[in-house]
Amino acid sequence: MTYKTITPEDINMLKSIVSDDRVLYEGAISEDYSHDELSGEEHFPEVLVKANSTEEVSQIMTYAFENNIPVTPRGQGTGLVGGSVALFGGIMIDLNNMNQILELDEENLTLTVQPGVMLMEISKYVEERDLFYPPDPGEKSASIGGNINTNAGGMRAVKYGVTRDYVRSLEVVLPNGEVMEFGGKVVKNSSGYSVKDLIVGSEGTLGIVTKAVLRLLPLPKTAISLLIPFPDLFAAIETVPRIIKSKAIPTAIEFMERDVILASEEFLGMQFPDSSADAYLLLNFDGNSKEEIENIYENVARICLDAGAEDVLIADTQERKEAIWKARGAFLEAIKASTTDMDECDVVVPRNKIAEFVKFADTLKEEFDVRIMGFGHAGDGNLHLYVLKDAMDKTAFTEKLSAVFDRMYTKARELGGAVSGEHGIGYAKKPFLAESLGDSGMNLLAAIKLAFDPKRILNPGKVCA
Amino acid sequence: MIRITTCIKQVPGTTKVEVDEKTGVLKRDGIESKMNPYDLYALETALKIKEERETELTVVSMGPPQAEDVIREAYMMGADKGLLLSDRKFAGADVLSTAYTLSQGIAAEELPDLIICGKQTTDGDTAQVGPEIAEFLNIPHVANVTCIREVKADGIVVDMDLPNAVETVEAAFPCLITVEKGIHQPRLPSFRLKMATRDREVPVLSMKDFTDQDETRYGLKGSPTQVVRIFPPETDREKETWQGTGPELAGRIHEKLVAEKFI
Repeated sequence: MTYKTITPEDINMLKSIVSDDRVLYEGAISEDYSHDELSGEEHFPEVLVKANSTEEVSQIMTYAFENNIPVTPRGQGTGLVGGSVALFGGIMIDLNNMNQILELDEENLTLTVQPGVMLMEISKYVEERDLFYPPDPGEKSASIGGNINTNAGGMRAVKYGVTRDYVRSLEVVLPNGEVMEFGGKVVKNSSGYSVKDLIVGSEGTLGIVTKAVLRLLPLPKTAISLLIPFPDLFAAIETVPRIIKSKAIPTAIEFMERDVILASEEFLGMQFPDSSADAYLLLNFDGNSKEEIENIYENVARICLDAGAEDVLIADTQERKEAIWKARGAFLEAIKASTTDMDECDVVVPRNKIAEFVKFADTLKEEFDVRIMGFGHAGDGNLHLYVLKDAMDKTAFTEKLSAVFDRMYTKARELGGAVSGEHGIGYAKKPFLAESLGDSGMNLLAAIKLAFDPKRILNPGKVCA
Repeated sequence: MIRITTCIKQVPGTTKVEVDEKTGVLKRDGIESKMNPYDLYALETALKIKEERETELTVVSMGPPQAEDVIREAYMMGADKGLLLSDRKFAGADVLSTAYTLSQGIAAEELPDLIICGKQTTDGDTAQVGPEIAEFLNIPHVANVTCIREVKADGIVVDMDLPNAVETVEAAFPCLITVEKGIHQPRLPSFRLKMATRDREVPVLSMKDFTDQDETRYGLKGSPTQVVRIFPPETDREKETWQGTGPELAGRIHEKLVAEKFI
């Protein structure tokens, strides 16, 4: 793909659309904008524009479309697969100034937000009003625009689903600059193709989300977490299908191993409430009273004890839950801090196959002589496995990584899984997506991309383009 | 064997407690309750000692009948025995009469070797009840303990946090210590212990079980402190967000600190 290089005229044009101080170029662009949190690749955009409104985004896109300039939309840049990195230079549109909560509609239980609102701001705002936005990805400083574009999942997916399940409508600027709204404040909708659902998870390749109407629920009054120590990881994970079969619906079933907990303790400088066991399941139940939740979890607790759990530890107060979940929330950063570099595998497999996958991944450590640390959402089949560079040199690491990932993704495919559970494809996972979908699948994706973006200027080099 | 008693209290489960503006009374109805977080550190300190040597651990609480919940919770964490001091006559107690009631309750049986209290509660925040219990029992006490250095046959060596220093002291049994937040990460209640202690009794003592039968020492009658008004503190925090380059922001912070007379 060849694109127009940015010229002083382009810069002036962009300045006339927004204002001088919101157009940055050359040395004025902070290094932060050249990468995301993990994917390793570094590319600066030629010009960075901080948009304040849908109109501005639309005018920038119109100009870019007419002039064949690549555009990369960007939120907080907390992605892990390079989705928000400007691989082809061009214009980067920073949407973080568009950070207003526009409307709370208590009659329709919806919240209308701009894309730059951070996840933690949304949960705080709605929970103060006894409402609830269920998606709960670990990175609370991520923008909602980014969450929508990756169809972020998080730690309540077992009971509540993922971001896509909570988007009612989207205002989108198409690559040609046209502004459209897909969906609405409606609960049902059978009106043609669901473009809204296609935009969710499209990683900024089909359009730029400039406004979203989110679906809310009443806030559950209380929650109790159970921390369940097991003698080993396999005993822990093999219990998960039994919990699911029991028809109890926890909001989360997470698994974790002692080495990750210890890394997290060191990273945060705080102690985890228990670190006597090799592996743990962490369950969370919500409901309207402590008694209601206790009735539900007792059965699950017995299942776990029958399955060989050493005990079932109860976190029923804010302090107790924080001591656990704060550590859980820091796992990624803690693992990152324990090595020189790493890359991750975010596969998702059917829930009854997760034990098999974890066992398989464990054998790779020895086979490839590499440190692999992981944790994950055992209840929804989504794993986060990190291959660590440690003392390897870059070439050796790249080779090993590719070999290990090849094996992991092949195994996931065999088990009926998918490449990414919640972090997306970006450019880092493109080869694995291509293998997983095959030529016909990729051609279909490419055709959809072209229908939206015939010039392929929007976030080029990502997902399928 | 060492005998330890830990004092625990049931407090509101949330900091968002509303105060009735007219009566100044905390609206506790419908609010979930929990064990005072500082008492969890006291309990954990006792349980750590119990892991090391033969110990009989009793927890004592003063409160309404539903305070049985925190004693059951202590059972779920590993306490051996419980004691609830509950009597309408204890209602409305201030710090002094609470401490007196607890001292009477503890003295109703053979005095333990060591009494461990949390530094303070999250609903009263006075940090006085522990030391006052010791005064009433006429035993030594050490407050703000951050570390247990050694448990001996006849006493205990601890670090006490003073404003500008840490002092290591030894106290002979029987004695009382109050422990700081963070001395140990409190363990979580165990479902196994919950099952195992489900039928264990929680003995209740009332005033008639105490040595001192003088009603004017207990509850509201025994409280020299009168609460005039309780109100939630006003929050006047303001937040500003600045954007700019590092040097610009550094300059602005400097100007602001000078303007506010911080430097």
